[in-house]
Amino acid sequence: MNVGVIVFPGSNCDRDMFHVLSDVFHMTPQYCWHDKPLPENLDAVVLPGGFSYGDRLRAGVIAAHSPIIKDVKKMAEKGIPILGVCNGFQILVESGLLPGVLLKNDSLNFMCEWTNLTVENNKTPFTNQFELNEKIPIPIANGDGRYFVDDETLKQLERKNQIVFKYDQVVNGSSNQIAGVCNEDGNVVGMMPHPERAVESEINPHDNKPSSLIFESLLNNMGANN
Amino acid sequence: MSLESHELEELKLKIGRDPTSTELQIVAAEWSEHCSYKSSKKYLKLLPMDGPLVINEKGYDSGVLDVGDGYVVTAHIESHNHPSAVEPYGGAATGVGGVIRDILSAGTRPIALLDGLRFGDIEKDQHAKWLFKNAVKGVADYGNCLGIPTIGGEVEFDECYSNYAMVDVAAIGFGKKENLIKNHAKKGDLVVLMGGATGRDGIGGSQFASDSLESENRSAVQIPDPFIEKLIIEAILEARDEKLIHAMKDLGGGGLSCAVSETADALDIGIEMDVDKVHTRESDMHPDEIMVSESQERMLIITDSIKLIKFQDICNKFRIECSVIGHVTFDNKMHVKKGEKTIANISTDVVVNATLLDLPSKKPKYLENIEDKKSFPVLSDYSEIMLKLLASPNIASKIWVYGQYDHEVGIRTVIKPGYDASVLRLDNGKFLSIKIDGNPKQCYINPREGAIGCFEEACRNVVCTGAKPIGMLDHLQFGNPKDPEIFWTFLESLNGLTDFAKDFEIPCIGGKVSLFNETTNGSIKPTPVIGVIGLIDKKPLRTQKINSGDCLIMIGNTKDELGGSEYSEYIHKFIGGKCPTVDFSESKKNMNAVLEIIENELIKSAHDCSKGGLAVAVSELCMTNLIGCTVSLESVPGDKLDHDKILFSESHSRYLVTFEKKNIQNLEELLKKHNVTFKIIGEFGGESIKFTADSKPIIDLSVDKTQKTWLNSLKEMVMHA
Repeated sequence: MNVGVIVFPGSNCDRDMFHVLSDVFHMTPQYCWHDKPLPENLDAVVLPGGFSYGDRLRAGVIAAHSPIIKDVKKMAEKGIPILGVCNGFQILVESGLLPGVLLKNDSLNFMCEWTNLTVENNKTPFTNQFELNEKIPIPIANGDGRYFVDDETLKQLERKNQIVFKYDQVVNGSSNQIAGVCNEDGNVVGMMPHPERAVESEINPHDNKPSSLIFESLLNNMGANN
Repeated sequence: MSLESHELEELKLKIGRDPTSTELQIVAAEWSEHCSYKSSKKYLKLLPMDGPLVINEKGYDSGVLDVGDGYVVTAHIESHNHPSAVEPYGGAATGVGGVIRDILSAGTRPIALLDGLRFGDIEKDQHAKWLFKNAVKGVADYGNCLGIPTIGGEVEFDECYSNYAMVDVAAIGFGKKENLIKNHAKKGDLVVLMGGATGRDGIGGSQFASDSLESENRSAVQIPDPFIEKLIIEAILEARDEKLIHAMKDLGGGGLSCAVSETADALDIGIEMDVDKVHTRESDMHPDEIMVSESQERMLIITDSIKLIKFQDICNKFRIECSVIGHVTFDNKMHVKKGEKTIANISTDVVVNATLLDLPSKKPKYLENIEDKKSFPVLSDYSEIMLKLLASPNIASKIWVYGQYDHEVGIRTVIKPGYDASVLRLDNGKFLSIKIDGNPKQCYINPREGAIGCFEEACRNVVCTGAKPIGMLDHLQFGNPKDPEIFWTFLESLNGLTDFAKDFEIPCIGGKVSLFNETTNGSIKPTPVIGVIGLIDKKPLRTQKINSGDCLIMIGNTKDELGGSEYSEYIHKFIGGKCPTVDFSESKKNMNAVLEIIENELIKSAHDCSKGGLAVAVSELCMTNLIGCTVSLESVPGDKLDHDKILFSESHSRYLVTFEKKNIQNLEELLKKHNVTFKIIGEFGGESIKFTADSKPIIDLSVDKTQKTWLNSLKEMVMHA
């Protein structure tokens, strides 16, 4: 399974994601540098975390205007699974692939801590192995992680089942405690927490199985498509 | 700022003429205390630097340890005190940046940071609070942006740092041994400056740091840009993989002057360079400014003309500027030109080797009666004092600090901040355990024993994770060395560290001396900060959940040593008394015993007893596990002492070990075999932290309530005026 890991100047979770995709889940990841065209043969695309362009202007906004994002949009239209984590989520939001916006945490500080998510939508290519409302212990690490949408959009997200993950308590002031959303088709998913930091028991002090289901869902999705 | 008059005479004598203005600037930068170590260099040689795992190569700015299977770990420590005292955000951030480039210049990827932060009394002093808040933000923003986890450190507050800031940063690197840069150069090789543009920030920074802090010289503070640093890291590592780099050095204190002269001297070459070739931020910079600017995020690379093309391609890929500023010669001279005109041409040997000083030292007067003991009022209940200690800024949880640091990125952090030492996994299946410790209160009372104590405490911390100490970093921070009394404290600390390092065969793999840490209020207390790196071959001890019925053993003796303790200073506002001392043979026995019981998987956790003594250490176990514990003071090993001494003395070489009852026999047998002093002092269960004497409770606190106080206290201090 070929997974593109997109690297922008300032991405810093690309190597972590690559390791997890290849060494833990035995997929075939490849780094895709931001100014090169996206390879045609990809089965999925991941936008990893980091500080693309040093978070200048606004987190994710410069990367969202990179040439490679045009290719990502084409893949999204084709229904290819696309996952944005942390800065990757910010980029997907800034590029219009996902609704909403990510604002400064209400503490006004960078926050690095373990949280618990609940799965709100188990129909996406990254959540199909979960039970609804299943809990995932997972770390966050961000300064601008407060997901915000206006009330009307929020209702729409709920109606169209676009809320994928919620925090199980108030973490950073996100609208409705939203931690991750998807597009209307469900193939583009963005989330602030870092699943790549939670899938190995050696570094996960809680339980690494739930996070692993995010990647197993992707594997399952491919199996189902083939 | 320039050379002192006798130094100028010496320079004239050495070069046989008057120096040019550029030469004067270059030499002033390089002969500053900050770059030359002229006061301390003679004595630093005492420290043992070699060991079976130590790899020494010329021109390295960081220590290198062989961790087996073809892998190496690099480590270094730096401070950025003066800049942080003036502009805490930029000072702290650029402190992180500088030490990371030291790791990078060996050809290894930086994989972790630790920070030691010290400020005045934040409970009273609004300025100290401002410095603290912004220094933490500076470290966070820089490290987080780079994706290098800040995995541990320490924070301390003491009035001796009023109007000042101590920002120490240690960095750890990791890589393949075969990828280490073997610094070399041949005639005609090119000298390349890559990274950020040279600007007017940080002009004279190293001289600024070599004087006491009297004026707020903001132009001497460098401006951070972590985004460029991140690009430099990736570009350099790519160039390393392509084997394009012959030699490399970070630009730090003294800027180009120091990087060029030190590189030339280390490689036994000369370098001819042209300041017009340096890419600058402003077009009208004077050549002297270009030579001493300490603008950040710059690296000096030596390569040849064929490799240069590939190197430039990599720089273009990352959109980093790089300029060929000169070439390698063989006359051992640093020849600086502006276009065709020579503005400096001076032997590197003269530039790099400032005349070392032999400063006088004298035992300080204040030490005469300082170890006289004082008795404090005897109480029947210490609960209130204990709660006060747990909420005090030095003992309260530092989660407000490390919660702002990305300590997970890089997915190596096995043991996270908030425990004894942090542990990283390495690619060869081994683990690295790291801790930094300082204790100015004890170092003030007894500079020798205090420094040894910091060293032993850092060792204890890594031992608690199951790691054997394999290397040490020392950061020696003192006031003005020209004051004989201060210089005496420096020598005492250094001698103590040397004795401990030799006896325990732990090589010093890197370090730094920072002097002139003074403000108009006077000198700081002696503040050596010691980092210890430990290696775990199999697996680290990851603290397991403590359950009701689990037991607590104390290894080591509690002594009448309240001097420099938090109890003495924070509660009773008394500076003095007998400071804890380390008995080397007891220390070694205890360390070995703890390592073996961990290896035999007989225990659930090991915790070091330090700040706040036994009382705080037991409370920390209870609060992190949310379980109560009852400890009987009579069973605590050591002399028969007053209750407050048993509870709060900060005697060294002590460990708290938790275990399941079923392991008791095996555990006792092993500990007896090692001939260490130990006793079962308590059992876990219930919902309160209880200490009893003669079966009567003298401390009784609810775990739940205490934990909330301990966790939130620091945040509340920072957030509320």
